[in-house]
Amino acid sequence: MGEEDRVILHGMWASTYVKRVELALKIKGIPFEYVEEDLSNKSALLLKYNPVQKKVPVLVHNGKPICESLVILEYIDETWPSHGLQLLPKDPYERARVRFWAAYIQQLLESMAKLFNPDHKEAQEKALEEMYEKQRILEEGMREFFPEESPNVHPEKLGILDIMIVSTLGAFRAQEEVLGVKTLDPEKNPLLFSWVEALIQLPVVKEIIPPFEKLVSLLQFIKQNGIRF
Amino acid sequence: MAASDVKLLGARPSPFVNRVQVALNLKSIDYEFIPQNLAEKSELLLKSNPVHKKVPVLIHGDQPISESLVIVHYVDEVWSGPPSLLPADPYDRATARFWAAYIDEKWSPLVRNLINATDEQSKAAAAEKVFEGLKLLEDAFVNSSKGKGFFGGEKLGFLDVVLGCYLGWVRAGEIITGLKILDETKTAALVGWAERFTSNKAVDGVIPEPEELVSFMKMQARAAAAADASSK
Repeated sequence: MGEEDRVILHGMWASTYVKRVELALKIKGIPFEYVEEDLSNKSALLLKYNPVQKKVPVLVHNGKPICESLVILEYIDETWPSHGLQLLPKDPYERARVRFWAAYIQQLLESMAKLFNPDHKEAQEKALEEMYEKQRILEEGMREFFPEESPNVHPEKLGILDIMIVSTLGAFRAQEEVLGVKTLDPEKNPLLFSWVEALIQLPVVKEIIPPFEKLVSLLQFIKQNGIRF
Repeated sequence: MAASDVKLLGARPSPFVNRVQVALNLKSIDYEFIPQNLAEKSELLLKSNPVHKKVPVLIHGDQPISESLVIVHYVDEVWSGPPSLLPADPYDRATARFWAAYIDEKWSPLVRNLINATDEQSKAAAAEKVFEGLKLLEDAFVNSSKGKGFFGGEKLGFLDVVLGCYLGWVRAGEIITGLKILDETKTAALVGWAERFTSNKAVDGVIPEPEELVSFMKMQARAAAAADASSK
């Protein structure tokens, strides 16, 4: 490793999945080049690197592509083990718990995406119920991880769950602006709320959070036109 | 390791449960299989997997682990001696994990659509999609096996277990649809691989016979229809 390492991230500025990878690379202090992809007009390079899914993020390490955000996160952790922090704990049972909840947070994201579907009112109600229920389960689950009231968020101790939480919930204010409902309620989910608030204060997170107005415009556009990424 | 130290809450027809069984067998780990009635979930299951209330759940000592791919990783990491289930190289591991995600999230729903197709037209369309996916998996196999018999090379590995445990359902699907899903004229390498997987010692007795799965599916369909009828 060293001068020979060339790391390129193909992404899209608003993609939650891309943010996960950006954050992991920055947390581990891995230098990388970023290529913005136009998802309405996918580059030949993207299609070459990800012929199966044709999606971002794609991490290209010394010419070899890795796809799927959670797969990329584990790849980053395994390839640069001594760089900064370990994103996954060492103990196999703790690793299993982190992987379980990372997968659950992904399911939560999928519930949230349904809210931006411009369907009739009933589907919206149902989607909200589903999202709140998942948040409730997540809140309970995360209490196990944090015996104290709120997670102690340290730049030196960030891991996969921090990355998943901030990438999935960090833009809640922009979502609330567009949907006109609370997507992260401090009263229903005090632990998740305080965790997200602490994370979005971190300099490394501020570097990657999409600009508020720009994100609101995009979300409004998605909601009106029902575009799926 | 005493057998009572490792328990697996499962149900025989579940390919996800089968994955854990094969993984434990590959590692020569003794375990107690506790069959679950999924129509009437046990206290133990609800306590061990309160989030999803599903099988498989591995209980090691008193610690429950859920989600088949999470469990397989756990088994590989706790019992880290040979054989390794995940490849050694990080890039190969990422490739295996990528295909596992593809198989579970994209390909297996296509197979389900095919099995559930009601008319000839949708059946043909569904079959086309399944074959497209199999072509990708055929290429993945060729690249991953590097001339050897399994995705994992000389021996069964993670991706063999992930895809292989669907073979019972694939065979059941062939009976139900009357179509050849694994076809030597289309995906010869996978056909050879399927033979080798199914006849492997670690897989012996794990995956139910296709006829048993067909009966199981019909029973489930009847139960679902009855539930529908009574709720109307």
